Amino acid sequence: MKRFAPFADGVLPWLTLTTMIAALVMVFLYVPNERVQGVVQRIFYFHLPAAWNTFLGFFIVAGASASYLWQGNRFSDLLAQAAAEIGMVFCTIVLITGSIWARPIWGVWWTWDPRLTMVVVLWAIYAAYLLLRHLAGDTEQIARYAAVLGIVGVLDIPLLHISVRLWRGIHPKIERGGLAPEMMWTLLMCTAAFLCLFTWLLWLRLRNLSLREEIVTLRRQAVAMM
Amino acid sequence: MLALLWKDLLLEFRTKERISSLFVLSFLIVLVFVFALSPEQIQGPAIEAALLWVTLVFAGMLSLQRAFLIEQERGCFSGLLLTPIEPGTLFLAKMLGNVLFLLLVELIVAPLSLALFSAPLLPSLFMLPVVLLLGTVGFSALGTLFAAIAVRTRAREVLLPVMLLPLLVPLLIAAVKVTSAVLTGEEWYGVWFRVLVAFDIIFVVTGWLIFSQVVQE
Repeated sequence: MKRFAPFADGVLPWLTLTTMIAALVMVFLYVPNERVQGVVQRIFYFHLPAAWNTFLGFFIVAGASASYLWQGNRFSDLLAQAAAEIGMVFCTIVLITGSIWARPIWGVWWTWDPRLTMVVVLWAIYAAYLLLRHLAGDTEQIARYAAVLGIVGVLDIPLLHISVRLWRGIHPKIERGGLAPEMMWTLLMCTAAFLCLFTWLLWLRLRNLSLREEIVTLRRQAVAMM
Repeated sequence: MLALLWKDLLLEFRTKERISSLFVLSFLIVLVFVFALSPEQIQGPAIEAALLWVTLVFAGMLSLQRAFLIEQERGCFSGLLLTPIEPGTLFLAKMLGNVLFLLLVELIVAPLSLALFSAPLLPSLFMLPVVLLLGTVGFSALGTLFAAIAVRTRAREVLLPVMLLPLLVPLLIAAVKVTSAVLTGEEWYGVWFRVLVAFDIIFVVTGWLIFSQVVQE
């Protein structure tokens, strides 16, 4: 973590800022309107990267959970918690931007399409994970419980994917070569911006959590000394 | 493992608390559905299967809440852990106990509720128990795992359904689809049946492997 610090504190905020501004400029000034959907389609450049971040967060939670159960190092536990919190934020962004887009295009705020269903269930799993962390009391077992939930959650994803897919389907898919080059570049820039934002937020939260833990240990030592 | 299972069964048969409360609760949930929807609206296998499974899931949740309660309250769990039993075996015993309790209740409640919904019972007489068994195994596998977690936390009553329900979504969809196919007498062994079986296998194995992490003190 220490080795990553100069990069995370010195470079990452500026990288996020630059890519974010570039992404905004490209989304609103550079990329042409989509022929059928018009200006509404531009929300897609925020929607899709946020969705990728949601899944990224989920897999980080699962990976860190597995590593925690395997080796029991505190860092993995903190990483899982931070990734769950940030993944939840992006998951909420996906749901909100999706609804804003769906209203003019599909005529409804919400519909039970497989991908929408999938994201809303993922949101509920994230929520359960964070609730478990908050409600489980301050025991040292929480970390293991949360890790179990993180792993079972990711095992549930393929089944969930199959079952909601079989259940119904109208979500637009990007076909191979279906995006104009300008759109592709804009999407890539937005993805880069969201990825930087994700990493930066993850870093901030991680540092915050490990500082908090340091304070708790220091306080315990102080009490023991008195 | 059999000894563990026997212990749970014996405890239950001495008191009959869990089964009788489960039975009354699921019967009441069925009644609530009938009153809330009016009998005319509960027509067709799709809605009958859906209501049946919603009833079973909520009743099952109550059964899971009690699965580790006695051990937790009297501190017997550490005793169980001190014995040379593999935690995985403990998980299987607990899960099987839960499956047995739920199945006993389901075998009464399912025909009863279908009769109350005035659904045709006869075509489903043979296959319905199989579907109930498969659904209950998957439910109990995840349920036992998370009940063991929830019982050691502060907000155990809320936390168990909050963790369990989102993870049960694939099972619930598949179970309802298979049940409604069984009720109409259509072919039931299609893709949903496979989803149901896959869910059972994946989570029984996961629970068996990961349970040692949950009960570690």
